[in-house]
Amino acid sequence: MAESRVKLSKKDRLAVAWRSTFLQGSWNYERMQNGGWCFSMIPAIKKLYKTKEDRAAALKRHLEFFNTHPYVASPILGVTLALEEDRANGTEVDDAAIQGVKVGMMGPLAGVGDPVFWFTLRPMLGALGASLALGGNILGPIIFFVAWNIIRWAFMWYTQEFGYKAGSKITDDMSGGMLQYVTSLASIMGMFVLGGLIERWVNITFKPTVSTVKLQDGAYIQWDKLPKGAEGIKEALIQYNNGKGLSLTSEKVTTLQDNLNSLIPGLAALLLTFLCMWLLKKKVSPIIIIIAIFIVGILGHVVGLL
Amino acid sequence: MSAISMILVVLVAFLAGMGGILDEFQFHQPLVACTLIGLVTGNLEAGIILGGSLQMIALGWANIGAAVAPDAALAAVASAIILVQGGQGVKGVGPAIAIAIPLAVAGLFLTMLARTIAVPIVHFMDAAAEEGNFRKIEMWQIIGIVMQGLRIAIPAAALLVIPSSAVRGFLESMPAWLNEGMTIGGGMVVAVGYAMVINMMATREVWPFFAIGFVIAAVSDLTLIALGALGVSFGLIYLELKKNAGNGGNNGGSSNTGDPLGDILNDYE
Repeated sequence: MAESRVKLSKKDRLAVAWRSTFLQGSWNYERMQNGGWCFSMIPAIKKLYKTKEDRAAALKRHLEFFNTHPYVASPILGVTLALEEDRANGTEVDDAAIQGVKVGMMGPLAGVGDPVFWFTLRPMLGALGASLALGGNILGPIIFFVAWNIIRWAFMWYTQEFGYKAGSKITDDMSGGMLQYVTSLASIMGMFVLGGLIERWVNITFKPTVSTVKLQDGAYIQWDKLPKGAEGIKEALIQYNNGKGLSLTSEKVTTLQDNLNSLIPGLAALLLTFLCMWLLKKKVSPIIIIIAIFIVGILGHVVGLL
Repeated sequence: MSAISMILVVLVAFLAGMGGILDEFQFHQPLVACTLIGLVTGNLEAGIILGGSLQMIALGWANIGAAVAPDAALAAVASAIILVQGGQGVKGVGPAIAIAIPLAVAGLFLTMLARTIAVPIVHFMDAAAEEGNFRKIEMWQIIGIVMQGLRIAIPAAALLVIPSSAVRGFLESMPAWLNEGMTIGGGMVVAVGYAMVINMMATREVWPFFAIGFVIAAVSDLTLIALGALGVSFGLIYLELKKNAGNGGNNGGSSNTGDPLGDILNDYE
């Protein structure tokens, strides 16, 4: 009782947060993130326990099965740090309680981390960066990399601190309203953006010509009747663009794609996505679907459909 | 390619391999990995464009639970090296993407191998824990990470050793229809990633937002940031309205998290 309380300093907590960056380094099929978890806890265990027996027990305790989204492991680490600190100071916190908190939090939190980070933030930042990069703009990759790592690090540090301060209460907090709110918002936003991405980035163009209509005289630019030189170019542009809106050629070609676009742009992409979803639900491996799509693309191109 | 470039490429590959498992810094994302390889080999622009194109395909690739997504790291690194060695610059991006996809699949095998090798590693950690030996646990964790880096660095080094004339010859021997067909396939294959994401997230509640997003995206003046802002706003408005409706009295009966389209797809034997 006389002994003063052992506390984890901010430096210790930063060390744990930094190490948790390598959480998945020894990801394995047996206990998944356990090695990285234990690796992350080491600075705290060193500080809190002094005897060899205590240390060995703590290390073994933290080599148990663990698996969640790597970023939301941070609040769990925070809570575990608080629990270990209590335990080291003589509070009755048994192994089962610590394990219970870890297991109890990892499932629901992974349910938040996956949609928020992998299915909303990364596709969005990725698509933003990629759309810049497609034009050869170096800002694309830079924005993606910098923004991602700032968000990630801020999230990991502050949620770990939050977990540490809230201690064992966090499980109640997180399973309440806030968790649900964040998950709902992420999935709404995610679905919205996905709809947009499918329209924008899934490219299917059908080549076949549906109809070729010969236009009347006066509905197209008569190239042979234009003045020579720059004057002619100017005249052509005037006729094409303002006022008259004449067609460039004497025939109006309608492709299958034009017809589909007049229904709704991106319809084929949408249907392809639904097909993929259905196949995935039928447990068809995504790899097989990807290969099949390539084959369809090549065959379709050869027969002139795509 | 100069010796320094080669060393740097292998280094980038090592970072990408580590990133692929850690999923923290995102060095394994094509956008980053291809750009870096382009940078160190003096093909910056082609690297960026390749990275952007592959990133579009890989948007929905994510490691969920114990499942492993197609390996973006190997796909990005290997296709960038092939792009550089092919010497076609920006024009070589299309074929490089087509090569990247089978590589992403091949990478799956390496990933599973590495994750199996990691099993004995944690057993060594168990033994070290028994002795209370921090050093040893740390060492094994680092060995695990290094192994993941080598997973990509070794194939990258092997690709570098293959003479660039062989790569070029192979690429040029590909007929045009195959190239173009693969490029077309690349435009469609993105749908698989999106389908995976949708299957994870879809509920009865959020399907309307998908429809709104799809329709609104046809307005090509809207940038992705604009779409993102709209998405957040719709979400906030909806949740606020729902909360108020819930307070208004009847709170039950609306707990449906079913997925009607999913059900239909399921029923459709």
